[in-house]
Amino acid sequence: MLGKLTLSAIPYHDPIIMGAVLGSVLVAAAVIALITYYGKWTYLWKEWLTSLDHKRIGVMYLILSLVMLLRGLSDAVMMRAQQAVAVGSSQGFLPPWHFDQVFTAHGTIMILFMAMPFVSGLMNIIVPQQIGARDVAFPFLNSLSLWLTVAGALLVMVSLGIGEFSKVGWSGYSPLAEKLYSPGVGVDYWDWSIQIAGIASLMTAINFFVTILRMRAPGMNLMRMPLFSWAIFFTTILMVCSFPVLTVTLAMLSLDRYLGMHFFTNTFGGNIMMYVNLFWMWGHPEVYIVILPSFGIFSEVVATFSSKRLFGYKSLVYATGAITLLSFGVWLHHFFTMGAGPDVNAVFGITTMIIAIPTGVKIFNWLFTMYRGRVRLTVPMYWTLGFMVSFSLGGATGVLMGVPPADFVIHNSVFLVAHFHTMLITGTLFGLIAGYSYWFPKITGFRLNEKWGKRAFFFWLIGFYLAFGPLYLLGLMGMPRRMYHYSNPAWHPWLLVAAGGAALIVIGTFLLIVQLIVSIRERETTRDLTGDPYDGRTLEWSLSSPPPVYNFAQIPIVGDIDAFTDMKEKGLAYTRPVQYHDIEIPKNSGAGYLIGVLTFLMGFALVWDIWWLAASCAAGIVLIVIARSFDDDTHRVITGSQIQGIEDERYRRLEAAR
Amino acid sequence: MRRKGYFVLAGLASVCVAALLGGCAQVVLLDPKGPIGIAERNLILEALGLMMIVVIPVIVMALWFPRKYSASNTKADYAPKWSGSRRLEILIWLVPLAITTVLGYLAWSRSHQLDPYRPIQGAAPVRVQVVAMNWKWLFIYPDQNIAVVNRLVFPSGVPLSFKITSDTVVNSFFIPQLGSQMYAMAGMVGRLHLLADKPGLYYGQSQQFSGNGYAYMRFHARAVSAEQFREWLQKVKRSPNKLDSAMFAQLEKPSVQNPVAYFSSVRQNLFDTIVESFATMSPAAKTVSPLETAKRTPGVH
Repeated sequence: MLGKLTLSAIPYHDPIIMGAVLGSVLVAAAVIALITYYGKWTYLWKEWLTSLDHKRIGVMYLILSLVMLLRGLSDAVMMRAQQAVAVGSSQGFLPPWHFDQVFTAHGTIMILFMAMPFVSGLMNIIVPQQIGARDVAFPFLNSLSLWLTVAGALLVMVSLGIGEFSKVGWSGYSPLAEKLYSPGVGVDYWDWSIQIAGIASLMTAINFFVTILRMRAPGMNLMRMPLFSWAIFFTTILMVCSFPVLTVTLAMLSLDRYLGMHFFTNTFGGNIMMYVNLFWMWGHPEVYIVILPSFGIFSEVVATFSSKRLFGYKSLVYATGAITLLSFGVWLHHFFTMGAGPDVNAVFGITTMIIAIPTGVKIFNWLFTMYRGRVRLTVPMYWTLGFMVSFSLGGATGVLMGVPPADFVIHNSVFLVAHFHTMLITGTLFGLIAGYSYWFPKITGFRLNEKWGKRAFFFWLIGFYLAFGPLYLLGLMGMPRRMYHYSNPAWHPWLLVAAGGAALIVIGTFLLIVQLIVSIRERETTRDLTGDPYDGRTLEWSLSSPPPVYNFAQIPIVGDIDAFTDMKEKGLAYTRPVQYHDIEIPKNSGAGYLIGVLTFLMGFALVWDIWWLAASCAAGIVLIVIARSFDDDTHRVITGSQIQGIEDERYRRLEAAR
Repeated sequence: MRRKGYFVLAGLASVCVAALLGGCAQVVLLDPKGPIGIAERNLILEALGLMMIVVIPVIVMALWFPRKYSASNTKADYAPKWSGSRRLEILIWLVPLAITTVLGYLAWSRSHQLDPYRPIQGAAPVRVQVVAMNWKWLFIYPDQNIAVVNRLVFPSGVPLSFKITSDTVVNSFFIPQLGSQMYAMAGMVGRLHLLADKPGLYYGQSQQFSGNGYAYMRFHARAVSAEQFREWLQKVKRSPNKLDSAMFAQLEKPSVQNPVAYFSSVRQNLFDTIVESFATMSPAAKTVSPLETAKRTPGVH
């Protein structure tokens, strides 16, 4: 009836895991209790869970991302704490089977359930506003993507208390991930959670690819598109081309594990090198999928807060395009030590270095945007400057590892760990936090507190250097990654420093939450009444904060790269049409949410071999899709007079604020 | 290959502060003990030095521009429409391109010079067959017909020629102070050539996560004089243990912190048999393999 699932799947014996489970359950219970106490269930269902409004969907992605950031961060803290104590005769507090789950969960979560939803959230909220659109191309698909991502994340969370998570690393290398060497359910949890989230990402990518190509406002030809939208456009290309590789690879691994096939086994003709190649054919573009959006954010932030046009717009676009193209030609640099010949290694080494050229160009472009500008050192600029300094160092270490013989000694050391954390923390995450701070007033209608924002930034920056500086050195001291225990006492002091750095990062994250709470509490005094708090340059700043559900009462006509600056200079900003027309917007739909729930259950059933449940969930999903496709009544109309009312109110507030 | 220049100096300067703090002897990759390791150390420093040509100006500009053009400094130039300069743009494409060209040349030439498959010139090499197991290393010396678990002893000044495979999941065979690592993969043979200049105790490890006992896949790699090596061989030869099929099946059982073990003789063609036991396509072939029992033993848990 319940497949392999028995009560013994719950790790009662482990106080650390049970503590984490209890904590998660208590938080969830508190949230449910609060919603019930305030009687917000109907509101939640009608305004959020079933919403097809891209801005609401974006906010829900951001919330998911924040929750998973906290989970991923607590994994990081456990690793740093374990390595700070597990030297010599001390075994630390995590046995290997637990430590291995922790680093696997950390990687999986941070990439696929923190960075990706963060990107999806920001692009959902901003891209339509930036290109002058009222919604995305496929609003229902958008909701479905969200709930599938949540289903994947939930599967990872559930593995904490029921069964186990994968112990083989986030990259799931075979043959270690095969049934012979990993007979437990951990790899299956990992496999299905990222399989589901991967499909969600693919759908998001298709959605935004079409949105950007088809729904730009008149006058916004591609070469007038803001850099963030450009970055997202290239990101969607990367996703559309790379995620199918992941889907197929995971499916093949599932066939090995469930049906005893031999795609990636080390016996009977399986090819373990094929898995590694396929994984990184997705995995390397994936790195750029999470970093290009941040590059886009930095472009917006630097131009806005330098009160100046972006330097070398075309260069930036071509550079982003070049990175997109090149990122498909470097995957082999993840395994120079596999024994490919020097020709193959050198070719992939050189393609890797070539990526540094467009990346370097971008950094110079941002620098020259500040040059002869009027730079305002706001919180988003802090994150941006922190990025520029750290990222150039991280980039240098990356190119270094692109030189095959140098990689022969650094590969799989904590030097590598330090390198990719430099890229992913100061590149991806700093960018995403900069974007969050930058667009926060647009999303909520009030500003974030600057003081707490700067404090959070400095804790993050210093914490980052303390946590990962020592890892560069430890890599040169020969320390491999993923060690639950080590015997070399010379590593110990540096790992203590790294643990201290992690502590500062935790404080930095805590301060971000403090900033959010403080900002919410003082929101009445920090309202963004104009919708344009920074003298913005792009279309989203022409809207009220937050924008109405239809975004643009009248679709704007774009005449320049900095469309809104151009309008302001020509005196065309805030002009009102003679008459407002009816606008059609998508009706709410619970189908995406329901499919998400069923997909989660199906994933869970597949992990535990509960075949009847998996089959019925699959059937349910198909039925909902069919039912939804027969629903012709998917839109509602906001009449011109309703819009008139909303816009009158908007202009009244605008006048008052001036 | 051993040419040192300004780049080495610049690179050294950037790493040295950290290295000094850590105590130079402990920063093993900067303190290599053989020609391969030394060449790789120099390459690292040269490449880092080269990149500093771009990185340092970037950092300087990133810190200087926001200060100089700060909104509070109204005396600074302000050109809100200035958004391009052909000369500057050519420069920002060309400088990284030039550096990448030099680095690309380095990558190409050094990849060939430091190809792990390339034998080291000099005396006849000591041949060692390396087998990664759960979770220990088996070293077979085919010319001496001996085998050792979790300890590698070899003469200094003599090239070492390794054949590397795995009897389980992927591991990576690595002695940091001697240079390059190489993956150990079941059913396949990787090659690696190293040389230790001086006698000394170096540490070897697995550099590719391989499950529960991975953290303990460390071994002593001891370079000794020719005389000591001969003595050591005799000591191993005196061992009562022989690595026959039964003993190998015993060894294949997963173990962590396996003690060092000496085997005075080795079953004929053991290394090739291990490789072939994975490479076979036919299930029937496995049953006649002397290693059949072991392959069915799950490696983990």
